[in-house]
Amino acid sequence: MSISIQHHDFDVSDELNALRAANKNVGALVSFVGLVRDFNGIDPIENLTLEHYPGMSESALADILDQAHTRWNLIASRVIHRIGTLLPSQQIVFVATAAAHRSEAFAAAEFIMDYLKTDAPFWKKEQTRHGASWLETKTTDTERAARWKIKDTGEST
Amino acid sequence: MKIKLLYFGRPAENLKIRQELADLPNHTATLSDLLTGLRLRGEIWQHELSEGRIRCAINQEFSPLTTRLQEQDEVAIFSPISGG
Repeated sequence: MSISIQHHDFDVSDELNALRAANKNVGALVSFVGLVRDFNGIDPIENLTLEHYPGMSESALADILDQAHTRWNLIASRVIHRIGTLLPSQQIVFVATAAAHRSEAFAAAEFIMDYLKTDAPFWKKEQTRHGASWLETKTTDTERAARWKIKDTGEST
Repeated sequence: MKIKLLYFGRPAENLKIRQELADLPNHTATLSDLLTGLRLRGEIWQHELSEGRIRCAINQEFSPLTTRLQEQDEVAIFSPISGG
């Protein structure tokens, strides 16, 4: 489990190579990269500014990774979340999961992203030519995270 | 009761405050009582801290409004999160 919250960019290839090199028993490596889009459905986006709650953001991400490792047989996991001002097409977030087999790596990566959206204290401010606005948790994100809780209940009964 | 208040996201920007130290007269205050007191600071505070527009954390854990505050608590007030 490894977490970085940083201003600077990351190299996906370097990150994946590091996970491979450190764990020779990995048979499946899944990664996700979240990017800044150039359009919000109404206006072109000029930039996004991300801020976080130092201390709580690290512990919230660690808790999400702990839950993923408890739930699936993961060999390693890595999350990078950037802060500061980012331009369209720039990388915001990286999630990678390493497991012996693909099904656990795929499921855990999706779980981590879904919970990151609802449980990790980061905020995005979107700048368009009409001004800036703070984005808020989308209902669809809350619903996606809730699906995992329903599955929890189903598995325990 | 002395507590530390932190603000993030929309309320931090619109209220032009990121942190402050508060001394609450009531020693059995809940998070809800704290917010009620802060809303008395004016119309913009009432608007920014209205229920449904904010989430709160106490000592870096998301907390419901009924949570009782303790001396030296770190209370964070922020707009609904939007990372990733």
